[in-house]
Amino acid sequence: MKSFKDIYKNSENKIAGIAAAPGIVIGKVYLFSKEKLDIAKTAINDVDEAIINFREALKQSKKELQKIFGIAREKMDEVRAAIFEAQVMILDDPILLGNIEKRIQNEMVQPEFIVSDEISKYQDLMIISHESYMKERANDIEDIKNRIIRNLQKKRWQSKIEKNLIVISEALTPADTLLFSRQQSQGFVTDHGGLTSHAAIISRSLNIPAVVGTRNATQLIKEGDTVIVDGFHGYIITNPTEEQLQFFTQKQNKLFEIQKGLEELKDLPAKTKDGREINLEANVDVTGEIDIVITSGAKGIGLFRSEQILDELGVFPDEKEQTDIYSKLASRIYPKFVTIRAFDIGGDKFKISDYKEPNPFLGLRGVRFLLENESLFKTQIRAVLKASENKNIRFMIPMVSTLEEVWKTQKIIQECKHQLKKDKIKYDEHLKVGIMIEVPSAAVMAKEYSDEIDFISIGTNDLIQYMMAVDRGNDLVSNLYQEFSPVIIRTIDHIVKAAKHSKIQVSICGEMAADTLAIPLLVGLGLDSLSMSPATILYAKRIIRGFEFKKAKALAEECVQCKTEIEIQKKVKKFFEDNSITRTRNII
Amino acid sequence: MIEKTVTIVNKAGLHTRPAATIVKLAAKFKCEFYIYRDGLSINGKSIIGVMTLAAEIGSELKLTFDGEDEQQACEEIVAYFERGFDEL
Repeated sequence: MKSFKDIYKNSENKIAGIAAAPGIVIGKVYLFSKEKLDIAKTAINDVDEAIINFREALKQSKKELQKIFGIAREKMDEVRAAIFEAQVMILDDPILLGNIEKRIQNEMVQPEFIVSDEISKYQDLMIISHESYMKERANDIEDIKNRIIRNLQKKRWQSKIEKNLIVISEALTPADTLLFSRQQSQGFVTDHGGLTSHAAIISRSLNIPAVVGTRNATQLIKEGDTVIVDGFHGYIITNPTEEQLQFFTQKQNKLFEIQKGLEELKDLPAKTKDGREINLEANVDVTGEIDIVITSGAKGIGLFRSEQILDELGVFPDEKEQTDIYSKLASRIYPKFVTIRAFDIGGDKFKISDYKEPNPFLGLRGVRFLLENESLFKTQIRAVLKASENKNIRFMIPMVSTLEEVWKTQKIIQECKHQLKKDKIKYDEHLKVGIMIEVPSAAVMAKEYSDEIDFISIGTNDLIQYMMAVDRGNDLVSNLYQEFSPVIIRTIDHIVKAAKHSKIQVSICGEMAADTLAIPLLVGLGLDSLSMSPATILYAKRIIRGFEFKKAKALAEECVQCKTEIEIQKKVKKFFEDNSITRTRNII
Repeated sequence: MIEKTVTIVNKAGLHTRPAATIVKLAAKFKCEFYIYRDGLSINGKSIIGVMTLAAEIGSELKLTFDGEDEQQACEEIVAYFERGFDEL
């Protein structure tokens, strides 16, 4: 039997990338390109359909604007608020819309073209004006014009997506990824992005094989091609030969058997050979995932990314909606617990188009955003408290970088508790509040934080990004995104020791926890819990059950002394060999 | 049809907020409502149209109202201009 190495060595038709989500899939391609606002004067046949699409695009645009408005309201001055209101009114402008629809009917051309042409007429009038503010106004109108056009085009490509295809794209947003998964897409391949891009994270949590960062897959692969996506090794084979097809079909079958074997571990504890039990918890990215969590054998939910609700609902949920969602979640998972992370809005996760930050990852995100938008924060805290009656909710604060942020948050939580008490509403008086450590400044001060809070969760994705000063979405510098850098290992060691000193729980919820190669080292460093995509829990459990804690501890002690990532990786790989543990990718 | 000339009297001129208010006022009435300035005629019920009008303090605009409730529309809208869009 040939090995993967042999197969890849002799394959001219392979494209290399980063293995982002495990699995092997063979299928037909859907080449997804977010068309650059292409507004050609293309003729149409079906006027009625065009008009319906136009109206739906207006509706969607309105929904989007209201969502942005809902979030940013507190921060908007009167002038911005008026511009927003005017933009919404444009979407209802009877004269403008009437003209557009009339022209679609008469000229029988794509709505995008007419929308662009009609709105541009007004912009031209604004631009020729001598008043400088009129040029700004033309820009505001540009935004609404592009929004309508974008929605018209989105509508068109959405209707084109077929089921059961492998999606090839330059990049995928979390929303795209979710949308395709609903179309039963079988695999994802992107030109850009690294292991921790959100598309990669979502692929893993949905258990859809993915290869990212190929740089040019969209140019090498054509619509209608058949491809093999190998999410274990990070390769794509285009138009496979008979031999390749046979090889990968066999591997798929083997994989299926292994997965069946893993099922047997479901009810067994994640205990090392010498009896140290590690809590394996689930990260939840999509609300629909809760069933997978329950069947995965997870000890609880280590990370519920609450900002996903915004993506799913499309509007900002009010207190009651949030209370319902959190209560449902808490009662479904009971008696296990759920860790709700406060809205981590900002960075690349949620763009408020109104505030274009030059450097969003260093900008207003996480707890910074929440403290700036206190009433929004309070809405979430009250909803979490109301859902906490059964005492199985923990609350986690993202992106903490100063102690003052913790104190301010605690004060707000106290205020919310007093209010609820006054209103005679039940809640968990001892609701556990913890922080994410993902900013170097918080890592350094881990001891001081540990005295103030109930638990720490280390978010390795951002921690590595900030410590190494490397943009995790940028494949040009992805070689510097080093999970096994001694800097990262020492930092984790430092945080774990601080937490142990104050006797509080410490876990990891970044992608590193799901990397089977990292598991012995993390366990050896003394982490109590690892939180990961539910689909990877059984893989992790198999590894943990394969070694002794005292050996892992010795490994960690050695690694903390290392100087380079390569040294650490060598030691870790040797640990796997010495203890005859095999990773799944090496068994198939 | 009623024709009326109004002068912009507030400091900020016909900016976005008053433009929106004018359109909302006009929407309450059945009559046609046009604004004339520099050779342009703008339908006063169209926000995007009214937003193309650059009218600073001191500038004059001609308004026309045509339809069954033109009298009332004229009174309300002209009054809003005269109050300097409630910004005086």
